[in-house]
Amino acid sequence: MGDDTLKTTLSAKHYQADQINDWCAGCGDHGILRALEKAMAKLELARDQTAVFGGIGCSGKTPYYLNVGGVHTLHGRVLSFAAGAKLANPALNVIAIGGDGDGLSIGAGHFVNSGRRNLDLLYILFNNGVYGLTKGQAAPTLRIGEKTRSMPRCVIQQHMNPIALAVISGYTWVARGYAYDVPALTDLVVAAMQHRGIAFLEVLQPCPKYNDLHTKDWYGDRLYKLSDDGYQALIAAETDAASVQQIYNEALARAAQWGELVPTGLFLQDLSKPDFRSQLAGLQPGIARRPPCQCVVTDDSGRTQIDLEPLFETLRIAADSSQT
Amino acid sequence: MLSDQRIWYAVSSIITRINSAVVKHGTENLAWRIGGPQGSGINRIARLFARACAAQGMEVICRREYHSNIMGRHSYNDVVISAQALQCHRESTDILVTFDAETLCRHVHSLKPWGFALYADADGDVGLGRLPYLDQRLRDDLNAALSAAGLPETTQGLLEMAEQRGVRTVCIPYQALLERLADQLGMVKKAVSATQNMLAVAISAALIGMPEQALLAALEQTFLGKEHIVRMNREAVAIAYNHAQQLQPHVFRISLHGQASPRLLLDGTQSVALGKLAAGMGFQSYYPISPATDESTFLEARAEVRSTRGETCGPLVLQVEDELAAINMASGAALTGARSATATSGPGFSLMAEGLGWAGMNEVPLVITLYQRGGPSTGMPTRTDQGDLLFALHAGHGEFPRIILASGDVASCFYDAAQAFDYAERYQTPVIQMLDKALTSTLQTVPVFDTAAVTIDRGAVLASSEQQPQAVERFALTASGISPRPLLGQPGTWYWSTGVEHSEWGQVSEDPVLREQMMEKRAHKLALAAAEIPLSEKLEIHGDEDAAFTIFTWGSNKGAVLDALQQLSDRGIRARAVVLRLLWPFPADAVQALLQSASPSVMVECNYSAELNSLFVQQARRGCDHLVLKYSGRPISAEALLPQLVSIQAGDAGYRNVLRNAYE
Ligand SMILES: Cc1ncc(C[n+]2csc(CCOP(=O)(O)OP(=O)(O)O)c2C)c(N)n1
Ligand code: SF4
Ligand SMILES: [Mg+2]
Repeated sequence: MGDDTLKTTLSAKHYQADQINDWCAGCGDHGILRALEKAMAKLELARDQTAVFGGIGCSGKTPYYLNVGGVHTLHGRVLSFAAGAKLANPALNVIAIGGDGDGLSIGAGHFVNSGRRNLDLLYILFNNGVYGLTKGQAAPTLRIGEKTRSMPRCVIQQHMNPIALAVISGYTWVARGYAYDVPALTDLVVAAMQHRGIAFLEVLQPCPKYNDLHTKDWYGDRLYKLSDDGYQALIAAETDAASVQQIYNEALARAAQWGELVPTGLFLQDLSKPDFRSQLAGLQPGIARRPPCQCVVTDDSGRTQIDLEPLFETLRIAADSSQT
Repeated sequence: MLSDQRIWYAVSSIITRINSAVVKHGTENLAWRIGGPQGSGINRIARLFARACAAQGMEVICRREYHSNIMGRHSYNDVVISAQALQCHRESTDILVTFDAETLCRHVHSLKPWGFALYADADGDVGLGRLPYLDQRLRDDLNAALSAAGLPETTQGLLEMAEQRGVRTVCIPYQALLERLADQLGMVKKAVSATQNMLAVAISAALIGMPEQALLAALEQTFLGKEHIVRMNREAVAIAYNHAQQLQPHVFRISLHGQASPRLLLDGTQSVALGKLAAGMGFQSYYPISPATDESTFLEARAEVRSTRGETCGPLVLQVEDELAAINMASGAALTGARSATATSGPGFSLMAEGLGWAGMNEVPLVITLYQRGGPSTGMPTRTDQGDLLFALHAGHGEFPRIILASGDVASCFYDAAQAFDYAERYQTPVIQMLDKALTSTLQTVPVFDTAAVTIDRGAVLASSEQQPQAVERFALTASGISPRPLLGQPGTWYWSTGVEHSEWGQVSEDPVLREQMMEKRAHKLALAAAEIPLSEKLEIHGDEDAAFTIFTWGSNKGAVLDALQQLSDRGIRARAVVLRLLWPFPADAVQALLQSASPSVMVECNYSAELNSLFVQQARRGCDHLVLKYSGRPISAEALLPQLVSIQAGDAGYRNVLRNAYE
């Protein structure tokens, strides 16, 4: 994605920022960070042309630890900031990162509406079942009746299914990875970045500190790879409506699996939907040639060179010729 | 006979009534009002009329009052016409154009004794109890007045009461005229009934002697490309002008100077939109809300602008899911170097508070156009108010710099909107341009904007490097507090940025010393802005600069204040007006000096608690001697303000003076 400026060979190490990492030892977040570094190296993302945005939570700190543009935003708002940057500078490789509380609770409106926009960026949701940074309250991913050791009482609300929500919200690439399977996760990040349109990657992320239900052991051999099951996730550009519907139904059926078997891998890649940029280019071709970050045009003395005459024309009152 | 009268005299500027002696009533303008149910095209037809008047070389200023409703509730528009530049609407009216009984009830009292009321034959005798949208309070008041005068509680009673004051009432047989129109077009009457507003406008236009041609030209422009509508309305105009001949004894002839220089006819939202385009805005995200939406939709429709060199450089204007997304997306866009903005009103701005703080903390140049409306809560979405000043000043938790400027008239909306981006980029902080609903819907003739006057200052931007890409400090500590700004995606650099307290490198730090340095750095920028921004950009002084009688105001009240100031001067009363533009950083020294030489001092605001005055008390350690306030949701006019100012000057007024009009 994007052309590198001054391309050199970059290894995963080049993407590691020289910063103290304050995640708990054993936290799934470490695995996700490793996968990101590796994927960036595989893709040779230009560090000056890449920006990672984080929400608020343990997960949201990820941008601090990466040697690319890093923006730590607000609780629940990460997708908005990330989308603004991508819209204004489409050459930028943009990754938005947030927790399950961040994306499914306080930021759920942006989660859904970002799917609708199908902008070319990757959203990674760290699903640890809890609000890590505020010490273990239930996240919307926890099921009714479940109670982690950090909670005073069990959950008395239904859970949300991030994969299903992404599928019905219009995300055109939807997958699930596992924080402790770094190689597979790396491949998913690479594939997501290569997808044109909005990609949603849920990562099952054990939180050894607060979530004693969904531990490494619990995931153990429940996890299976969709691709190993002969699952077909791709909707090619010119697919008929009935086949599209069938794949969506199948994706939703797989999304509902949780318990004895938990699927990972790609649930859906829909190439039949237009992405945001091509929609916009149809309406406003000029934007494709000159992105929002380059709209200021001045002469040498700093005077604006935007020509408002055509607009003034529509609002102008000419001296009337019928006047005698 | 009438065709001879269709001349706009270009000599004197008074209004004459043909069939009687010249009535000179002091003001050199004519106030025309049209009202009707929402959904009946009142606003569009009023704009059409204003355009026709302007094309005749006159200055116009138009006010629009409407409910938060799509169909049925009452709305009205005023068009004030004059040979001279206008600054303020009028609460009284000279010509009232109606085609429903409710409008008659609401506005017949506002007519000057020499005025005219046009009403539909069907509305000549309607019981007030039969008008569902007439507010109970108003109905009670009108009924009480009618019974006191021994008149029936009907429109007939109201018309009679008006006639007793000298008002001329002109009954228009709209249904018969519509039938004639339908016949001529070979259509059914129902299909042409939408032209009733055109009939009404055209008859009134004929009565003031407007050439039919002028109205037709405005018609064509208003409905450009809608041939069917134009044809129907053309016929309606012809029928109306024909009918007006029978009303000859009622003819008002208004004689005004022709104004040759080209002007723009536009409203506050359009003016802001053009200012943003001139400044090279690249991105605007918004969520629909009255009265801010019109700006964004105007921009959306005209986003493909070009540079003088022919390059397309239009902004991306995007409707998003809520105001949280709107402000935060704009911030995200600003990080890449796009000049970015959002536009909203009270409830939306309340939602933006957290994002505003993020922009402050991350030193993001972000412009927020805040169109005030009546609050709190949903309040009065379509009515004016200035109750958000202190909120704009304090919105968001914690302390961070922001710049607030208030625009006072339609023309300055343009220049202020453009300059807001300069302030934002120079001081790397959010800028809030405040307007109010009154300004939003003020349609006015203004001199064509001077784009050559729009210079662009992008502030300190980090130089691009040809080196191997490297991390750079986003928040470098400097003497000025301003760090050269790297952009996301700028070749050769990347950086970190965060809403958490941070180091120069944009990495988390809660070190107490660094915290102090960062707080001081951010605060310093505000002090710098206060020092650098010239006085002329902070406030305007009008009238007699040496006068002691001093009237302070901000926002759209400017027009009323300046108009009243002129009238005070006509009466030999020396006074000056101070209109504040930069509300934060507050120009404390200048205001203090002005207050010291002010006696009496008056604050004019459209709110309940005199918010700017309380800022005076806090920042300049002294408030004004008198307050003139209005918080009915309707704007202040010079007509209402002048008597208050006169009594304040005469020492007859108390501290708090509230302007009221039960018929707005
Ligand atoms: C508006 C707002 N409300 C509440 C908080 C407090 N808060 C910080 S992190 C967090 C939850 C984090 O949970 P999640 O998003 O799941 O991230 P995790 O720590 O689990 O990675 C909350 C509620 C906040 N920062 N902002
Ligand atoms: S609290 Fe949980 S999610 Fe947060 S760093 Fe510790 S283990 Fe990871
Ligand atoms: Mg979580």
